[in-house]
Amino acid sequence: MPPTEPVPPAAQPTGSVATLLAGDPVWLMLIKAVVVFALLLLLTLFAIWFERKVVGRMQHRPGPNWNGPFGLLQSIADALKLMFKEGMIPARADKFVFIAAPLMIAIPAFLTFTLIPMGGPVRMFGHDTALQMTDLPVGALAILAFASIGVYGIVLGGWSSGSTYPLLGGLRAAAQMISYEIAMGLSFVAVFLYAGTLSTSAIVYQQESGWYIWLLPVSFVIYCVSMVGEVNRAPFDMAEAEGELVAGFNTEYTSMRFGLFFLAEYINMINVSAVATTLFLGGWRAPWPFSLWDGANTGYWTLLWFFAKVLIFMFVFVWLRGTLPRIRYDQFMKVGWKVLVPVSLVWILLVATARVLNRSTDLSTREVMLWMGIPVAVLLIALLLWPDKKKPDDEDLDEYPDGDYTVDEHGHPIPVDDRLPAGTAIGQTTTGYPVPPLNLKVPVPPIRNGARVSTIAPSPTEQGDT
Amino acid sequence: MSVLLTALAPAVGYLAEDPVTVVVTTGEKIAFWVLGPLSLLGGVGMIFAKNAVHSALWLVLTMLSLGCIYLAQQAQFLGFAQIIVYTGAIMMLFLFVLMLTGRESSDSVIEVLRGQRVAALLVGIGFVGILATGIIHAVRGLTVVGYETAVASTGGAGSTEMKAIATTLFTDFLFPFELTSALLITAALGAMVLAHVEKRPGEKKSQRQLVAIRMRSGRMSPLPGPGVFATSSSNATPALLPDGTIAPESVSALVEQSESRRVVERYRADRSLTAIESAEHQQSGRPDGTADEGGVAR
Repeated sequence: MPPTEPVPPAAQPTGSVATLLAGDPVWLMLIKAVVVFALLLLLTLFAIWFERKVVGRMQHRPGPNWNGPFGLLQSIADALKLMFKEGMIPARADKFVFIAAPLMIAIPAFLTFTLIPMGGPVRMFGHDTALQMTDLPVGALAILAFASIGVYGIVLGGWSSGSTYPLLGGLRAAAQMISYEIAMGLSFVAVFLYAGTLSTSAIVYQQESGWYIWLLPVSFVIYCVSMVGEVNRAPFDMAEAEGELVAGFNTEYTSMRFGLFFLAEYINMINVSAVATTLFLGGWRAPWPFSLWDGANTGYWTLLWFFAKVLIFMFVFVWLRGTLPRIRYDQFMKVGWKVLVPVSLVWILLVATARVLNRSTDLSTREVMLWMGIPVAVLLIALLLWPDKKKPDDEDLDEYPDGDYTVDEHGHPIPVDDRLPAGTAIGQTTTGYPVPPLNLKVPVPPIRNGARVSTIAPSPTEQGDT
Repeated sequence: MSVLLTALAPAVGYLAEDPVTVVVTTGEKIAFWVLGPLSLLGGVGMIFAKNAVHSALWLVLTMLSLGCIYLAQQAQFLGFAQIIVYTGAIMMLFLFVLMLTGRESSDSVIEVLRGQRVAALLVGIGFVGILATGIIHAVRGLTVVGYETAVASTGGAGSTEMKAIATTLFTDFLFPFELTSALLITAALGAMVLAHVEKRPGEKKSQRQLVAIRMRSGRMSPLPGPGVFATSSSNATPALLPDGTIAPESVSALVEQSESRRVVERYRADRSLTAIESAEHQQSGRPDGTADEGGVAR
């Protein structure tokens, strides 16, 4: 590592490194672009291995351990295999959209990471620059814009497959990602109010005195919930719910087109983790015990803190997947619209009020906190202690729809005719379950577009039937 | 048609620019001559696309191009807001609805009202003419000052674009802004009223009630999928081979064997698969095609 000579970002009013980056020669920009691209690919390979390994440990099995040291090369093997698979396009697919959809999610996923400050100002190949590819004055807004374009990939992938389950997955993704994007955008607002800027590097700079997770804990929690919904990860992976929709939007995808969806999912996971780190966890700033050492926040050390924080988020993603079952779709939407959005609106109102009081009156920060915190706390306590409206749902269990009942040892009603001795095999007569045809007769194909869809030649017995 | 005009607007503004007062960089020129035709192409494609979803995608192209034109003119906030709001939210909602109409539902080629196309064409051209002349008239008298001066004149010296937009929006245009929000809220409320289904109290079962009903119904698990021949939810139930004998590998060795045997005996005493099979193909002439009890095979 070359000796680092950090340029103080204080030269700019908000601490943005935009002017620093503007001095980059083209070759340095190219190097950075290639490094970001390669880094994302490597991180994806690593993230897949990491996820499989951690989930494996959580399920008391070793996980991939055959290829390479600790099974590290397993993801490379899988990726190579994926590339050499045959890429199939279903006959009923909309060809152009089908091919374009994976690109529409993968490209914004790569673009997002270019806006993330991975480290502070450094000296690279004799040039003063920052460990960030580009820094827009509206960086955080650009991240939201890229996320909103990425939704198209999933939605159109589902639609263009010309198949039922992918379409359902695409529809779910559309509703889900729009809803959670709103919650996500609202959780950003409080950060913008405090940082006074939308530039990612400036937001990191503003967190020098304290990370925003301590100042804006509600925003952080809302962001963390909505980021899981935004990237379609368990327990919010409704768009590809394999228990309900086969594989959801990517059911019909094969080969590297599927690979791109897979890649984009993991890159998006890295992206939202990186955004959470940038906005709430102080970005590349060293965590407490290390921050006592002056050199910790300078030069290439900042990369270490940044990626350590991102890795913690990735671990939480895997932890969630290993622990929680998928929640029901309507409950998921309810959480988004009835909890996350209203809570963040109220929270923004509180933060904005505090900010105005702090700036335009001569009240000190502590006084503002007290004046606002005490009423809010009283309100919250009153809400908690407020007698719950009796829900009719919980008590009318005895208004069981039909049949007659006996009562078990706990006093709960049991319908008489439904009780079954242990180990009973339920035959068809009791349930009326339709038995599949046991003579393996192929059903007559339906007539489509005036012509009968050709099928396999009927066997002699079937010809006898018809 | 209005899409076309939205696409046209920057072009008109560009033509009205006085090249002496404002320096347009080469990069901006290239961006304009790439993005302008693209946004026009999007508008034209939207009108002529047969498929509704393709139509929406063409419109997305227009919106994205407009956003990029804003970006090329240094208005980054406006550009990304355009992409988030129009491309990300509004067009996505359009798509959401269009996807529900099905993939084969293209426009019909039959003209229902006679002369409708010609009339629409004429009215459309007239509308474009009116709007274009209106815009040109409105823009002609303006002096072009450039991005920095425009921002500084509304938001104060050294302010950002966001501050300038916010100042304009919440002072000069406060009333239209509030009116628009009232309109949107009315629309949202109307949609909710239309979509609302009144339910009597207790008609909608809670999840807990549904679980209770299911648990007491005799079959806790859902019915097996089509093609699966399963008669019980117990994992001690073995699979039966086509001739009615037990598939020995189908029950885990960890399951108590006596339980498994009991299940099978009970099942086989009840009914045998041979009866089911013979009921299905009597004409195939199976030797034991005698029994027809239970009416199990449907």
